[in-house]
Amino acid sequence: MSRIIEKKQISSDVFLMRLEAPLIAEERQAGQFIILQVDENFGERIPLTIADASTEDGTITIIYQVVGKTTLALSQLEVGQEVEALVGPLGTPTHIHNYGKVVCVGGGIGVAPMHPIAQALKKAGNHLTIITGARNQDLLILQDEMKAIADEFIVCTDDGSVGRKCLVTEPLRELCANEATKPDMVIAIGPPIMMKFCSETTRPFGVFTEVSLNTIMVDGTGMCGGCRVNVGKEVKFVCVDGPEFDGHLVDFDNMIARLSSYKDIERTRYKCFVEKTINQKEEAL
Amino acid sequence: MSYHTLEELNKTAKDILEDLGERISTLKNKERTAIPSQDMPVQDPVIRATNLEEVAIGYTAEQAIVEANRCLQCAKQTCVDHCPVNIAIPSFINHIAKGDFALACEVIKESSLLPAICGRVCPQEKQCQSNCMVGKALKDVDKSVAIGRLERFVADWERNNGAGKVPSVKPDTGKKVAVVGSGPAGLVVAADCRREGHQVTVFEAFHKAGGVLRYGIPEFRLPNEIIDHEINNLKAMGVDLKTNFVVGRTRKLTDLIDKDGYDAVFVGTGAGLPVFMGLEGENLVGVFSANEYLTRANLMIAYDNTNADTPIYPSKNVTVLGGGNVAMDAARMAKRLGAENVYVVYRRTENEMPARKEEILHAKEEGVEFRFLQNPQKIVGNETSRVTGMECLRYELGEPDDSGRRKPVEIKGSEFILDVDTVIVAIGNGSNPLISQTTANLSVNKRGNIVVDETQATSISKIFAGGDIVLGAATVILAMGEGRRAAASINKMLTEELEGEK
Repeated sequence: MSRIIEKKQISSDVFLMRLEAPLIAEERQAGQFIILQVDENFGERIPLTIADASTEDGTITIIYQVVGKTTLALSQLEVGQEVEALVGPLGTPTHIHNYGKVVCVGGGIGVAPMHPIAQALKKAGNHLTIITGARNQDLLILQDEMKAIADEFIVCTDDGSVGRKCLVTEPLRELCANEATKPDMVIAIGPPIMMKFCSETTRPFGVFTEVSLNTIMVDGTGMCGGCRVNVGKEVKFVCVDGPEFDGHLVDFDNMIARLSSYKDIERTRYKCFVEKTINQKEEAL
Repeated sequence: MSYHTLEELNKTAKDILEDLGERISTLKNKERTAIPSQDMPVQDPVIRATNLEEVAIGYTAEQAIVEANRCLQCAKQTCVDHCPVNIAIPSFINHIAKGDFALACEVIKESSLLPAICGRVCPQEKQCQSNCMVGKALKDVDKSVAIGRLERFVADWERNNGAGKVPSVKPDTGKKVAVVGSGPAGLVVAADCRREGHQVTVFEAFHKAGGVLRYGIPEFRLPNEIIDHEINNLKAMGVDLKTNFVVGRTRKLTDLIDKDGYDAVFVGTGAGLPVFMGLEGENLVGVFSANEYLTRANLMIAYDNTNADTPIYPSKNVTVLGGGNVAMDAARMAKRLGAENVYVVYRRTENEMPARKEEILHAKEEGVEFRFLQNPQKIVGNETSRVTGMECLRYELGEPDDSGRRKPVEIKGSEFILDVDTVIVAIGNGSNPLISQTTANLSVNKRGNIVVDETQATSISKIFAGGDIVLGAATVILAMGEGRRAAASINKMLTEELEGEK
C-alpha cells in the first residue's frame, strides 16, 4: 500500500503523483523504475520511472501519461487514497560519470525519466545540452525544471507552437555535425520511434547514445522474460539488464512490434473502462 | 481408459469394504495385494479442459481406507528411504487404514509441513512409490500403493474439518529471522523458525505470497485456496509477511543484517530465470517463456478476462517446447484459455519425459497432442513480427548415449512447418542473478547457484540458502527439505547465541 501525497495534472493527459514509499526513496538511483498495481487482485503491473524522490518525507514522484486502462484508473485516484501495490526500485541505475559534453533528448513523457538522470549528470560535472520535444506546447512537461539544470536548452514542437518547428533529431544532428558542439555522449528517452531515430542520427558521427526502454513487464525481476530485447547479438532483459542500453545496438523494430503484442485487447479494455467511467458519472448526477 | 465418476469409484470402494468386513485388519499380504488399486476421481476431461477447477478431486474416505489397506507395512521401508524428507509412510498409512485420519496427518507433519501441496505435486512415481513392494509384486509401478493420494487425502481432510491446529509458538526470544522468498523453502523456514519463538519476516517480490506455488503451478493442479491456507497459518503463528519487497533492490541482502537488525537470513528465491533456446525468431510476438505465460494466467488471473486487467495472448494453435511439469502446465493452461490445438514438441520419446506421469496422462485426456522425436529449428513470423509457424525437424532413436538412453538422431531433410501462432518455451530455468549480483562476497557456482555447506550456510556469516537457488530447478519437496535443514541450522545458531548472552 502506498498513499498518494500529492497529485497534479501537468499537461492535457499527463499526471504527477507523489507517493509514500520511504524505502524506495532511500534506495533509488537515477534511471531506476517502480512497478505498480492500482488493484492488487485484478490489476495489471505497469513499470513507471521514478522521476524524483525525497528521503526527508519518504516519497517518490512518478509522472505518467494516460494511455490505457491502468493509467486512467491511476489518474482517477485522489490524494489520501492508496495505490495497492508498489515495488522497487527496479532496474540497473544509470552509469553516471563525467563524460564532458552530454546531450539529453527528452520526447513527450520521456522528459520525466530524463529529469533525474540529467540532474545526476549535471552534478557529475557534465556540460548539458537539453533538447525537449513534443507534438505541441500542451504536451511539453517539466520545462522549467529542465531549463534550470541545462547549460543549453532547446525546445522543439511538431507544430511550432513553441520553440523550433522540427523533430528533436534536427538540433541533435546540428550539434553532432559541429566539431565545437559534438557531444561525448547522448542520452535519448521518449517514444521508441524517437529513440530509434536519435540513434540513427548519431550513428554516422560515432557518438555513443544511450536509450531507456519501457517495454511490457510482469515481474520486473528477470523472472518472466516478457521484456526481452535484441541488443546487438545478445538477448537482454530490460527489467534487470536495463532499462538503459546502447541505442546503436538495440533492435527497435522488434521492440516496437513486441510493445504492440496486446494492442487490440488494450484498446478494447480502455474503451470499456472509459464508457464505464462516463456511465458512473452520469448515474451519480 | 474409460471415465468413472467419483460416485462410481466410491461405490466400488464401499463394496470392497463391505466384502472384506471384519477380516480387513487380518488380511494376508497376498490378499492385500489383490485389493484393486483405487483410481483418483477426476473431473470429466471434456468439461475440465474448459475450466480452471482442480482436475483431481481427491479420494473419498472409503477409497482412502481401501487404498491404505493395500499397504503391506513392510519391515524394510523402501518408501521412506525414497522420500526426500523421510516421512514415516507406513505409519501414516496404517492410521488411515484404521480410519484415524487426524493421527495420520500428525505423523506426516512430523516430517513434512505442506502435505496438501506435496501430495499434489511430488513426483511420487520416481520417489516413494518407485520401490513400493506392492508395485513390485504386481510388476507395475502404477499399481504401487498411492502414497501421494493418501497424503493429499489426510491433508485435505484436516483442512476441511478444521482439525489443523495452528502450531504452538515458543515464547519470544528477541531474535529476528528474515526469509527471502515465500515459495516452498521459505514457507518451511518461516514456520520452523517461528515455532522456536523467533520473530520472522518473509519478504516476497510479488504482491501475493507463495512463489512458484502461486505464479507457476496452475489452479487446476494446486488451488490457491490451499496456498492461502498455509500462508494464513503462518500469519496466525505471528509471521510477518512483506509483499512487494525485492531483496537486492528494495534493500540489499546484507543490509537486512547490518541496518535492519536481523540475526539470520534465509535466501529461498528459487530458480526464476527463464532459459530460451536461442532459436531464430524467438523474440517474435507470440513467443513466451512458460514463466511469463503461467504468471499471466495464474498470478495475474488473466484467464478471468472480464475482471483481470492483465491480458494473455489470444491463441488458436499453440506449441509448447519441453517435457517437464511446467511444459504440461503451460499446454493444459493454453487449452483452457481457448486454444483449439495445443502441441507439445519433445525431442525424445514419452519414456524420457521428466513430467509426472499423471500430468502427461491428464494432458492427453484433455486433448493436448504430443509430438515426440521432433525438435524446433526456427520460429517464423509475418511482416508484423507475429508468429505464423515453427519449423521442426524429425528425429529417430539411435545408439544409447552415456546415460544409457537411446540418443535422438536427426533425420536429414525431414523439415516441416508446424502451423502455430504461439510458442511457449518450457525447457527449464536458470538461477536468477538479482541477489548474487547485488551482494558482494556471496559465493555462487558457475551456474549461478548459491554455494552452501551441509548446514545450508552460505559464504556470508548468518546468511543461509536453500531450494532451487541452491539446487537449480528441482522439486517442491526437495526445496522443503532444504528449508527444514536451514531452519534447524538457524535455530541452532540462534539458540547458541542466546545461551552465550545469558
